[in-house]
Amino acid sequence: MATVSVCKYYPGGFSFDNCKRNALLEADISKLGFSSPAARKTGTTICGVVYKDGVVLGADTRATEGMIVADKNCSKIHYISPNIYCCGAGTAADTEMTTQIISSNLELHSLSTGRLPRVATANRMLKQMLFRYQGYIGAALVLGGVDCNGPHLYSIYPHGSTDKLPYVTMGSGSLAAMAVFEDRYRPNMEEEEAKRLVRDAIAAGIFNDLGSGSNIDLCVITKGKVDYLRPHDVANKKGVREDKVYGHPVTGSYRYKHGTTGVLTKTVTPLNLEVVEESVQTMDTS
Amino acid sequence: MATMLQKFPSSVSTLNDYNALYPDWTQREVSTGTTIMAVEFDGGVVMGADSRTTTGAYIANRVTDKLTPIHERIFCCRSGSAADTQAIADAVTYQLGFHSIELDEAPLVQTAASLFRDMCYRYREELMAGIIVAGWDRRRGGQVYTVPVGGMMTRQPVSVGGSGSSYIYGFVDSNYKPAMSKEECLKFTAEALTLAMERDGSSGGVVRLAVISEQGVERQVILGNQLPKFSTV
Repeated sequence: MATVSVCKYYPGGFSFDNCKRNALLEADISKLGFSSPAARKTGTTICGVVYKDGVVLGADTRATEGMIVADKNCSKIHYISPNIYCCGAGTAADTEMTTQIISSNLELHSLSTGRLPRVATANRMLKQMLFRYQGYIGAALVLGGVDCNGPHLYSIYPHGSTDKLPYVTMGSGSLAAMAVFEDRYRPNMEEEEAKRLVRDAIAAGIFNDLGSGSNIDLCVITKGKVDYLRPHDVANKKGVREDKVYGHPVTGSYRYKHGTTGVLTKTVTPLNLEVVEESVQTMDTS
Repeated sequence: MATMLQKFPSSVSTLNDYNALYPDWTQREVSTGTTIMAVEFDGGVVMGADSRTTTGAYIANRVTDKLTPIHERIFCCRSGSAADTQAIADAVTYQLGFHSIELDEAPLVQTAASLFRDMCYRYREELMAGIIVAGWDRRRGGQVYTVPVGGMMTRQPVSVGGSGSSYIYGFVDSNYKPAMSKEECLKFTAEALTLAMERDGSSGGVVRLAVISEQGVERQVILGNQLPKFSTV
């Protein structure tokens, strides 16, 4: 079947033409006085630490849309495989979909090899995908897990660079969390100490960064066991309004006595309506 | 070395009013600011690098290893965009490994350098990568090849690269002597890197050194307090 137009030949590689178009559109929209919808970002503080028996991953639970908190209790620690979890900062949709895609591919890979997946494999898959999209997928990740070679922790940036380190932090609150880590990290910590360190690092992000808040989620991964503690700590407990006399929780009552608001003037205007058409439709109630 | 070039009109970056919430370094690309260096000696090469990776003004990794193994006796020093250089190094490692298996012998350093050059030149508009390839092979001994931004490739007895290299060209040009021994090369490299790290904000941390020869690879780390001392710094 003949086509009307000739297809344009695209040389190999990803085409980023639409990104230029989007940038120009955004500039045009702002000139008209409107603003394009803001993507929901997980402002975020995420971090991870390698301790004696495994890794501890931590995250806050606030998701922001511009200056508004869109989700007060979102889950930022994503499942990759039974022994590997990944915290995500940046654009919420990007971190969610990227981790799901890699989790799916890793499961197929694991079935094909017949082995438990390695953290380095997940790292490779993630960095190669993010590099392919040249930073347009706004996903900054902390990947941690325990495999046959021991515990591993990676930080992965949106452009596709990775660092393998004993402790990492990412997100807008990463500076606050890193300050806590640099002060108190020691190699080969015990589990309780590691959990307390991660909890304190996330708390530093929650209290000192506007983009992070709400609760602290923890994920402790060891050989053969994963503790997904959600929430591990409710850093900011919301108070409940109580009845002043009897002390039981009360929702606001918006019933006011007659005469609370004084009536100053009263004007009655009759509306003269004439019936133009009247049709009756019987309802079938059988 | 500078980070990603701005490709879009600058008005775009002022649009999002929630930029106030997310500081600059959360949106900047990760760059290995860097000072890297490699020197040939009779019997091998000495390579050195600092250990700082920055995102804007924040140090994302203060203990980076910028000396990346490409093959058993071939390493590369990476400078420029961290993502670009990691991706290129991974691709070349694969290509060289495949080539080596086909050949059934150790690959030449020039081959590795050519692979880097091909990739850096072909994608020169998209990449920001300055790489120094160094190693030892049986045919020509210790060799240093430099592949700067743009994709040129040339062999040099001594080569420096990265943002900190600008500060040490004078030191390197005046202190390099042909036919130095391994120990002299190590001292020369460590001193040059220390001077660059003192002056360049994008370089710092520890000094990582690697010696590649017929015997194999020896790696060492010089921590901050063990760096050579100079009277002015």
